[in-house]
Amino acid sequence: MSEIPEALRYTKTHEWVRTMDDGHLEVGITDHAQEMMGDMVFVELPDVGDSVVAGQDCAVVESVKAASDVYAPISGEIVEINDTLRDSPEFVNQHPYEGGWLFRVRPTEESELENLLNAEAYSDVAAAEA
Amino acid sequence: MLIFDQSVPDRVNPSQAPAVDADVSDIPTAHLRDQPPQLPEVSELQTVRHYTRLSQKNFSIDTHLYPLGSCTMKYNPRACNKYAMLPQFLMRHPLSAVSTGQGFLKCLYELQEILKDVTGMAGVSLTPLAGAQGEFAGVAMIRAYHDARNDQRTEILVPDAAHGTNPATATMCGYQVREIPTDASGDVDLEALRSFVGPQTAGLMLTNPSTLGVFERTIEDIAHLVHSAGGLLYFDGANLNAIVGKVKPGDMGFDVIHMNLHKTFSTPHGGGGPGAGPVGVNDRLLPYLPVPIVGENNGDYVWLTEYELPQSIGRLSAHMGNAGVLLRAYIYARLLGRDGLLRVAEYATLNANYLAKRLHDHGVELAYPDRRAAHEFIVTLKKLKDETTVIAMDVAKRLLDKGYHAPTVYFPLLVPECFLIEPTETETKHELDGFVDAVVEIFKEAHSDPELVKTAPHTTPVGRLDEVKAARELDLTWKPV
Repeated sequence: MSEIPEALRYTKTHEWVRTMDDGHLEVGITDHAQEMMGDMVFVELPDVGDSVVAGQDCAVVESVKAASDVYAPISGEIVEINDTLRDSPEFVNQHPYEGGWLFRVRPTEESELENLLNAEAYSDVAAAEA
Repeated sequence: MLIFDQSVPDRVNPSQAPAVDADVSDIPTAHLRDQPPQLPEVSELQTVRHYTRLSQKNFSIDTHLYPLGSCTMKYNPRACNKYAMLPQFLMRHPLSAVSTGQGFLKCLYELQEILKDVTGMAGVSLTPLAGAQGEFAGVAMIRAYHDARNDQRTEILVPDAAHGTNPATATMCGYQVREIPTDASGDVDLEALRSFVGPQTAGLMLTNPSTLGVFERTIEDIAHLVHSAGGLLYFDGANLNAIVGKVKPGDMGFDVIHMNLHKTFSTPHGGGGPGAGPVGVNDRLLPYLPVPIVGENNGDYVWLTEYELPQSIGRLSAHMGNAGVLLRAYIYARLLGRDGLLRVAEYATLNANYLAKRLHDHGVELAYPDRRAAHEFIVTLKKLKDETTVIAMDVAKRLLDKGYHAPTVYFPLLVPECFLIEPTETETKHELDGFVDAVVEIFKEAHSDPELVKTAPHTTPVGRLDEVKAARELDLTWKPV
């Protein structure tokens, strides 16, 4: 079974969200998602300053098997992207919850956080697919 | 070994050089080379041996069973090549006069008629250069139809099982894509569809039988739902091989269709082209067909262009698509006739169901066990992975050692650890049984010696490739340029 940290929030589309000390939200794809995708070869990230809308695609992860959209878990502005993934997309496979984070968002609709899943609810989503 | 590695300075091979002293004095100096081209300096016999050896390393349908099926390429009957390569076809200039090309035009006209008949459509244009371009033409016609009625629609609906080209096509035509879920038995989720359809719906793109290898049983309801909201129905002809001669997409309610001639009409399709993706339409979309089309007037064949069809979406290629490919499809259809085409669908479907049943009897799990397969079916190797850690990719690689090409792996994405298997109509029972035996052997090996399977292939010219490195560090030239 894949790892699903308690402290994070999740989407049905396999993104995770971490609230950082400065109030920004860090976003990546889950361990379950990276396992299903297989070895990453390319990650396409949004630009800093882009506006994103909850539920709309804003990044692409491409593996040896498939290319898949990443959906913004929450609306806001991109404040930082994980540039190291340009040369090392394998971080998404190796450390999906740490070095493999994709982008950070300054949320504009804090209330959207309530729509996200907790670890338990997400593990049901992952189990249904596995 | 690269042919350049065999090169020896000043070794020349002039016997094949054209016996002409070309006058290049009228080529502008700016376009003349400063240096001679970098060609390998090898003898004729070295060249023959090099390319013969390379061809022997190929895994191809001419040497092995190839369960990628019509998705990639069916067997190409030699007669189609033979007749399409008659010098009168080969040497014909695309701009030569209609009066000197009546035979050629008649072949294309009859191909249009055959495709109209097979699909139940009112008109066909042969000009799209590939399936993807046929799709683009199809959705561009949907757009032209709504635009002509001043009806501003913004969305194209695409099932989640669809080919990736469908959403790409809709996006290229300026539409937003909405993804329709699939229900547990592999049909489009009708309830979900109901909630997505509305005045913003320009159309629905559907492959039937679907990429899950099953027939959409609710197609009549789907068609009614989309039509009553004012949308149009697009048929992706990728899986036409399963139903050709049996069911007409026009009768299912589709307004527009593209056909991949390499999938259903057995044209060659090496390395992505040259392709042919004709489009067919019903009466509503007839004015928008791409040009040129071949028309007939009292036994005379003529080109119909923008002048005769002013509402056409226009041209997709300089002349008449890939004419040589169209001719092969025409000859294939004429060789088989109506009864033969029907047998294509029947045997493609019979072979797939036979293979599915036999694999299932040996414990290979079918993704949709309650459904009869169309011309292809999906198995999931998830159980094998859980028991042995051997994954679908490993089994696929090991099949190469057993003398079988791997089927499509990890598509559709909905099914974990899957194979999409399509034997096509041309394989004998003996070949199909051999494939089953190979899969059964590999399953045994996965339990007894998993490393053997995980490190396969062992007998091919090249072993297991580093796919990540191959995707990231493209090596496309023989030396840095």
